[in-house]
Order: sequence, then structure tokens, then C-alpha cells
Amino acid sequence: MTDRNTQAEIIRQSLKRRYRKERRFRAYGILAIAIALSALVVLFVDIIGKGHTAFIKTTVTLEVDIDPEMMYLDDATDERQLRMADFVEPLVQALLREVPGATEANRDAVRDLLNPYASNQLRDALKENPELLGTTQTMTFLTHTNVDVYVKHAGDEDYSIKLSDRQQAWVDQLLDKGVIETSFNDVLFSRGDSRDPSRAGILGAIVGSLLTMFVTLILSFPIGVAAAIYLEEFAPQNRFTDFIEVNINNLAAVPSIIFGLLGLAVFINLFGMPRSVPLVGGLVLTLMTLPTIIISSRAAIKSVPPSIREAAEGIGASKMQVVLHHVLPLALPGMLTGSIIGMAQALGETAPLLLIGMVAFIVDVPDGFLDSATVLPVQVFLWAGSPELAFIERASAAIMVLLAFLISMNALAIWLRKRLERRW
Amino acid sequence: MSTMNTLKPAVDKEVGASRDTVVPAHEERPESAVIEEAKTVGKPFSDDPKFKLRNVEVFYGQDRAIKNISLDIARNEVIAFIGPSGCGKSTFLRCLNRMNDSIDICRVRGSLLLDDQNIYDSKRDVVELRARVGMVFQKPNPFPKSIYDNVAYGPRIHGLANRKSDLDDIVENSLRKAGLWDEAKDRLDATATGMSGGQQQRLCIARAIAISPEVILMDEPCSALDPIATAKVEELIAEMSESYTIVIVTHSMQQAARVSHRTAYFHLGHLVEVNETNKVFTAPEHELTESYITGRFG
Amino acid sequence: MQPANLFLVTIVLVLVAYGLGYTRSRSLAMPLGGIRHLKSLPFYYGARAALWCGIPALIVLALWAMFQGKVIQLLVIGSLPPEMMPASEGEASLLLSKISNVASGALPPGFAEPPVVEAAERLTALRQQSRWYMTVLVVAVAVLAGFFGWVRIRPRLNARAQVESTLKWIFFACAALAVLTTAGIIFSVAFETIRFFGKVSFFEFFFGTSWSPQTALRADQVAAEGAFGMVPLFTGTLLISAIAMLVAVPVGLLSAIYLSEYASKRVRGVVKPLLEMLAGIPTVVYGFFAALTVAPFISNLAASLGIDASSQSALAAGGVMGIMIIPFVSSLSDDVINAVPQTLRDGSLALGATQSETMKKVIFPAALPGIMGGILLAVSRAIGETMIVVMAAGLAANLTANPLESVTTVTVQIVTLLTGDQEFDSAKTLAAFALGAMLFLATLILNVIALHIVRKYREQYD
Repeated sequence: MTDRNTQAEIIRQSLKRRYRKERRFRAYGILAIAIALSALVVLFVDIIGKGHTAFIKTTVTLEVDIDPEMMYLDDATDERQLRMADFVEPLVQALLREVPGATEANRDAVRDLLNPYASNQLRDALKENPELLGTTQTMTFLTHTNVDVYVKHAGDEDYSIKLSDRQQAWVDQLLDKGVIETSFNDVLFSRGDSRDPSRAGILGAIVGSLLTMFVTLILSFPIGVAAAIYLEEFAPQNRFTDFIEVNINNLAAVPSIIFGLLGLAVFINLFGMPRSVPLVGGLVLTLMTLPTIIISSRAAIKSVPPSIREAAEGIGASKMQVVLHHVLPLALPGMLTGSIIGMAQALGETAPLLLIGMVAFIVDVPDGFLDSATVLPVQVFLWAGSPELAFIERASAAIMVLLAFLISMNALAIWLRKRLERRW
Repeated sequence: MSTMNTLKPAVDKEVGASRDTVVPAHEERPESAVIEEAKTVGKPFSDDPKFKLRNVEVFYGQDRAIKNISLDIARNEVIAFIGPSGCGKSTFLRCLNRMNDSIDICRVRGSLLLDDQNIYDSKRDVVELRARVGMVFQKPNPFPKSIYDNVAYGPRIHGLANRKSDLDDIVENSLRKAGLWDEAKDRLDATATGMSGGQQQRLCIARAIAISPEVILMDEPCSALDPIATAKVEELIAEMSESYTIVIVTHSMQQAARVSHRTAYFHLGHLVEVNETNKVFTAPEHELTESYITGRFG
Repeated sequence: MQPANLFLVTIVLVLVAYGLGYTRSRSLAMPLGGIRHLKSLPFYYGARAALWCGIPALIVLALWAMFQGKVIQLLVIGSLPPEMMPASEGEASLLLSKISNVASGALPPGFAEPPVVEAAERLTALRQQSRWYMTVLVVAVAVLAGFFGWVRIRPRLNARAQVESTLKWIFFACAALAVLTTAGIIFSVAFETIRFFGKVSFFEFFFGTSWSPQTALRADQVAAEGAFGMVPLFTGTLLISAIAMLVAVPVGLLSAIYLSEYASKRVRGVVKPLLEMLAGIPTVVYGFFAALTVAPFISNLAASLGIDASSQSALAAGGVMGIMIIPFVSSLSDDVINAVPQTLRDGSLALGATQSETMKKVIFPAALPGIMGGILLAVSRAIGETMIVVMAAGLAANLTANPLESVTTVTVQIVTLLTGDQEFDSAKTLAAFALGAMLFLATLILNVIALHIVRKYREQYD
């Protein structure tokens, strides 16, 4: 009995030390979670901080006097004349009228406030509507990227302002007058890539991504589901089946860039398919996502209780009827969830697409599966490599759009799972 | 309106009945089969209690799993808890060393005293409590370590041995007490998971007694064992009863009859009857106890 | 017709075949006294006709679409006058791109030699012909095979068995695609790797300590062959992976432990999805973050401490990669820890162990094999990770263990060698495939070992 009492004393004395250890261990756990979550927060804050200004564009609204003489253009329907005419002068004159204190001597400095493509915009307007010639029109143009940067980032040390002091003063005055305005940047969502940051958009990349994802989806979902059905329901227990399973499990962990090498060597070099096209991108991503879809579809099939199979077999349904009429519909929600997650992975994938040439600079929005295209993550990569901060800003915006897509896909998957989930 | 009036008293009666008494789901309902809450038949109390348990109630969320039980467990006695599955005997057992703490939705009410100290006192230390009240589980659960490390685990975490030789002594003594020394002395470094089920369970008992607890709780310790292994464990329990208070939950009435001094019969969360073991098995006072031991349900 | 349109046409034909098969089986059944007298339901007769119509046609379509490009290229090259015949594959690909540029109008005909212009015309003509042949052939096959399937419908025909066994074969083919993919990977890297070792010695590749693959662009520079020693790439990859693991393993493991053993249900419900979110972020975003935020931060911090740090330090790439791998480690460890039976926890707690003692001395050792498997999978992921290092690590192959210096990795070199102007057949291009082969082998070995460990571990507690 005394033995037990001294022992109780020993234990009591050790408690303080042991509980201190317990608390420290717990604190490590909390610290680890805090590190992970703060990394997530810093990442998001950083990207939003860098990119939110990309959703704003700077425009200048001018009363343009479309004077035939000034432009050396007397017939706006004549292609040749249109090509030769001077579309810059009316814009410069219109701007000179707005800028207080600017004279003809400042014309170059004033012109540099305008986007270099503003004259093209005027020409396109005339081409479409030749009777505008000789009238005065109120038109809105993008400013030069330098003006855009100045308006959005004046005072930000990271950005270098490339406007002269006098130009800066003009821009300030024009802003006060409401001639230069900022508004939602629809250009970002309505155009392809461009060398000029303020005219660069992600529409081309989004369409490219959609085309690529379409190819991936229509191939990988049916093939993945069929493969899962075979392996779960029909595959005999033999070496070859084991071999298939080992292959699938390994492919799920093969680095994505290896699939790029496969695409390059097989689809492009061996089959002579074109580079940079959504079709090949989709094929490569299909091979990459298949293991994910097969594995999750198999799990979904496994979760269908055997009683349902037995019930169907009991009334004389063939194996295939059991699978197609009973197992597949019940497993479908799980398969869909897995496939959406696989598609989300594919949508964010970059590396294999670099190898099959989807990194080209492409201005036009692709209009088919065999048209050169890029995808959203590759667009991010291209812009992130630019020395110009205005492109970095847009890369961040593209990331936000990409993340928005991914988050909604995952939310859809969660919603589907919640809604269609069945408890046996 | 008139139907309402005629119905109302009947409803009241029903509610009242379910609050105070429970009628077991049984085809014939003899008068004496009705359980009255907190009315335990027999001898639930003791003069020298190790555990003094009064009005104990356990809730799982909204469910009342243990319904107002009062019981004394005497020093150095072996008491067996018997009853049909789901009657709450394991839940009640796990209250005695607060193993229910890890279940979030589980709440315990009432007064549970161990040597006149409240087990559920907020200042009470669980680690210390469990060092005094050890436990052996239904399925043998040796750690995936060597036999030696299994037994030495408790002394090590509590810092009970200062020297390696002390630890060796504790391990040897515990294995001897558990009747495992002769089988295990030559392979102390072998992993415990390689032993037979019966050996594993005796190892778990050795592991529990290595920290010299005052009470050992046993939750159906033989349910996963074959008859020969069961006999060995039962022998061990008989030997240990000299120096430990043992509470054993069992499914087997024969086992309860063989090893315990007193037997407590649980039914649907109620403690129906407690008495000397031979009395419970030869002359049960309560209708339900009789039904159970004669095998009418179980 | 474009393959995509032709595909749609084939689908329409398949639907028509189904309808015809269905109605024919019904009309055959009529005189017999209803569809009870058919061996299978009308649906199966329709499906059988549809399969007859669709499968051969789609196979022809797929094969044609796959190989037409290559065949046309060969025909165009073959039709060139002898003096224009390309001597090597590299020249051939240059010439081909010139021809197709002329054909697509990107290069005005005036800028090309007359034979090239002729070849371009031939290319356009061949492409048109090919499309014609394909359309005719595919439609003919669909109609003929569909007709055959339709005509053979008999009441005694067990259409269901036939349809089902065909479907089973299709399912099998889909599953076997995994084997084909692996074969494709091995084929594509092995072939070029062998050719690479024809140009660069085995010994140099594995033991050379200098890597500068910028070989000759012009014929007179051939003498200045690049160096192809992969040791610095290998060490660079290891350095960055090691940094990533130093971040990911403790953080991932400890958060998994906390979440599975300590956190309340509510906390788990919030934190787990947030951690999984880290796994869902595309690697290019991490690359962006590493290159534009973390790397400058580290080099500025080091500069303010008076230490020299590269603006493309291994630390930045590795650290961010570690963050990316955290959820991977934590979810695998979580699974493994939860697979440890509750009885072991109870056994330890009942002896009066605290939760952390139980964790450290019982659960963790029991879960260790599974956790090791998970970590190996994470390592395999780290060495195969591409975008973060492409964007944030350097290009220069430095042989160093200093995390503040810039290193390059195997994946960075694969991407650099294969993007931009690449010449077919040069040692530089082939080197990328040799590196790919090494990467594939390394990750394959890691994955096989890891999956084996994890499976054995699971079986132990099942």
C-alpha cells in the first residue's frame, strides 16, 4: 500500500512537466496550421493586391473633328485612301483642345498620352460608318499604358512612371475635367493577347481553355468511367488486370511534364498533328486526368452496396444490365464529383502544354479545335515573365479569373456530392 | 372536441409512465418486470466502498444511456456487470476512469467518488485517475512494439523507474503476475502483435498492472478469446482479486459466476439488481434478472 | 469535311442505324405475335445495328485523322525535286514548316523558291483530297457496316449477348489505355534517349559536372558542342526538393496530427477545406508567387542582413513548393493516422498517458510506415514539379548546396530545351528527352516503393 502511495506521489509530481509537454505539442500543431493558413492568406492578398487594378482601364473621351482635309481623306469607302489617311492628327487636335495651356509645340507630348492604337479605332469606325466623315463625334479611346500606370499607380514605388512632369500635370488636369476617366476594364475580357498591356485581354486564353477542357471532358469522362466499370465489375483476377491497375496507380503520380513529352513525341512528331492547338492539348490533358477519374469512379462504384447488385441479379438481369441500370446511376454522383476535380486539375495545368507549343504569342481568339491557342494558366506564365509591371498586373488578374473558375468548379463538385449523396 | 377530452387523460398516463418506469419490450409483461428508476433490488451498497456512485446518469447527445444508477464497489472485490447488449454496462464501466471523455457528445451527471474524491471534479486529473484505475479492453490491443516495450510503456510515461534495472524488475513482475513470464521471457524483444490472442490479452493485463493500479476495469476481456485462453485469464482474475479491485463487464453468465463476488444486472440503462453472485444466479429477486439468466433474452 | 464535323455525321448515322434496327426487329416480331417472341428486346437489336455502324467508321476516322498529317508530309517531301531533298530530319522539318507557311499564306510565295511554292500547292491539294477521301470512306464504312448489321437481324438472334460482349470489349479497351499510355511514355522517352546516347557519352551524362546545352545553331559552330553533365541538375533538383520537404513535412504532419487528434469538429470542418484549397491552386500561381513575391523578399531580406542572395534563390522556389505540398502531406498523414485503430489510443489513454504521449509513443510509431510512404510520394511530386521552378529557379546549372544561390532543375531544363526554337535531332533536343527518361524513372521507382509501403500498411489494419 505504501508503494502505491509513493507511486501516486511520483506521478503527481511528474504531471506539471508532462502537461507542459502536452501544451507545447498542441502549440506546434496550431503553429503548423497557422503557417499553412497564413501562406494561403498571404498568397491571396498578394495576388489581389497586385492584380485588382487590372480590372480598371483608363480612357479619354474626345470631341473628334473628323475633318477630311486634315486627314487627307475625301472618300471613306475607298480602301486605298483609308490605308493612307492620317488618323492621328484629328485625335491630337482634339486632345490639344482639351489640354489647358498646350500648344502645337507640345503635340508630340500630347500625342503620347493616347494609346498608339487609338488611330486604328478611328479608322475602324470610319470604315464601318463612312458618313461620319466631316462630322464631329464624341469618342472614347484607351489612354497610353504609361498614362494608365500613372493614373492607377502614382506614388507606388514599385511602378516607374514614364510620363514627364508636364505630362503628369496634364493628366491630373484632364482627370479633374473628366476627360480622362477610369472605368471597369472590359478590354481584359473581350480581347486576346497584345504587346500593349492596356489592350491585352484574356478572352483568347479563356476560349482556348474552354476548347481544351471540352476535348478533355468528352474524352476522359466516358473513357474513365468505362475503364472503372471494367476494372470493378468485369475484370478477371489475372496478371494483366493487376498490371493495368499498377499502371493506373503509377500514372496518377507521374509528373505532368512527362505527359508533355509524350504529347510532343507521339501526337506531334509521330502523328504530325499541329502544334499549339486545343485538340492536342486536350488529348495530353486527357491522358493526364484519366487516372484521377478512373480512381475516383472506382471508389464510387465500390460504395454501391452489393445488396443492390444481388437484388437485380436475383430477378434475372444480366451482369451488364445490373451495371448499366443499377450500379452506374447510383455511382454517377461520385464519378461526376471525381471528374470535376480532375477537370479542375487539368484546367490549372501548365507544364505539359508548354511542351506541345501552347506558349506562342497569339493575338486572335481561337475559333476551333485546330486553331492556334493558348490557355489561361499559360497566359499567366507568359505575362508573369514580362518585365513590364502592367503585364504582371494583368497576370494577377488572370490568376484571379482562373481561381474563380477553379473555386466554382470545386464548389459545384461539393454541391453535387451533398445533393446527390446517398446514405445506405 | 369530445374526442380530445377522452384522449387527454390517456396521453397523460402514457407520458407519466415513460418518465418513471420502463416496460421492457417483451410479449408478456408480468407486474414485477416493470423497472422502477433508481430502485435497485438486492445489495447495491457496501460498508467500505472503493467507488461510491450515486445517481449517475450518462447522456449521448439527447439519449439517456445510463438512468440514475447508484452503486458501491467494495475494496478488493470482483464485481461483474451483466446484461443484454446495449444495456449500458460498458458505458457505465468507462465512466469509472473517464474513458468517455474522448467522446464529444457524451455527458456524465451524478456523483462518482473514488476513495471519497469526485472523479469528475473539474480539478481532478485524468492522467492521475487512470494511473490508479487501469483498464483492459474487449479486443486485445497490444501496441505494435516489443513485448518489453508494451509492459514498460506505463512505467516509462509516468516516470516510475529511475534505472533500467528497476524497469526490468517491473516488467518481469508484471509478466509474472499475468502468468506470461515463462512464455515471454525468451522473446521480450519480439513484437507483441505476433503473439496469440490469449497471450496478447494477458500482455494487456500485464501492461495494466505494471503501473500498480488500485482498480482494474475489464471490458469483456475474454470475448475475443478461445476457451483455453479464457480459462487462463479467469484464473488470473481470481489471483489478482487479492490485491486489486476488479470490475468486469461480461457477456458470459458462467464467467460472472466463476470469477465475481458480486454481480450487477443492467437492463436498458437501468441497474436492476445487485447481489452476491451465487444469489443472483440461484435466487434472483427481480423478474427481469431471472428472465435473463434463464436465457429468455440476451 | 473536317474530322470534327465528320464525327458528328457519324453520330447521326449511328442514331439512324439504331432507329432502323429497332423498328426492323419490331416489324419482324409482329407476324410472330409481338416482341415476346424475339430473343432480345428491340432495344438490343437497335443497339447492335448502331454498334455495327459506329465502331468501324469511328476506327477508320480516328486512324485517318491520326496519320493523315504524317502521310501528307511524306508525300510532299517525296514529290520535291532531288536537289531539294532534305538530308536530315532537322532540315526536313524546317522545309516542311516553310512549305506549310507558304500554303497557309503566312509567307508570301514571292519569298520562297519555286519548288517550295509548288510543294505548297501540292500540300493544299493533298489536304483537300485527304478530306474528301476520309469523308467518303467513313460514310461508306458506316453505311455498309450499318446495313450489314441491320440486314442480319433475326428473331432468334441473341442481340443482347452480342451487344453486351462488345460493350465489355470497349470497356476493356478503355482500361487498357492506361497500359498504352505507359507504353507511349516509355516509347517516347526511351527512343530519343537512346539516340541521345549516340551523340553524348553515357559517362559524361551521368558524371559530368557541367551543364551548358547551348550547342551550335549554325553549321560552322558544330565544333562548340555543349556540355551535358547532369550532376548539377540532379543536385539542384535535390536541393530544391529538400527545402520543399523541410517546409512541407513538419507543417503537414503536425497539422494533420492536430486536426485528427485535437481539433473540434467545427475547427476541422473549417481548416480542412482551407488546407485542401492550397492543393487546388494551380502550380503556375505558386510559380508567380515564388518568382514575383517570395524571391525578391528573400533577396532583399538577405541584402539587409548583409548576405548575398540570388534573386532566383533555391530557397524561394523550394519554400513555395513546400507550401504547395503541405496539403498533400497532411491529407496522406491524416488518412494514415486515422487508420490506426482506436483501440490502441484507448489502450494508451487508459494507462494514464496524455494525448501527446499517446501520439508520440504509440500512434506515430504505428503510423510511421504509412507516413513514410506518403512522404516518398511527396518527394516524387517535388522532383517532378515544373512550373514553380521554371518561373522561380534559375537557368544556370550551379553545383552548390547554398539555398541562397540560384540552381536549376531537371524539369526546368526540359522546358527550356523544348520550348522556343528547337531543332529536331540535335543533342540539345534529345537531351530533354534523356532528362525526361531520368525523371520518369526516378519518380516511377519512388511511386512504386511508396505505393507498396502504403498498401502493406493498409492491409495491416484492415
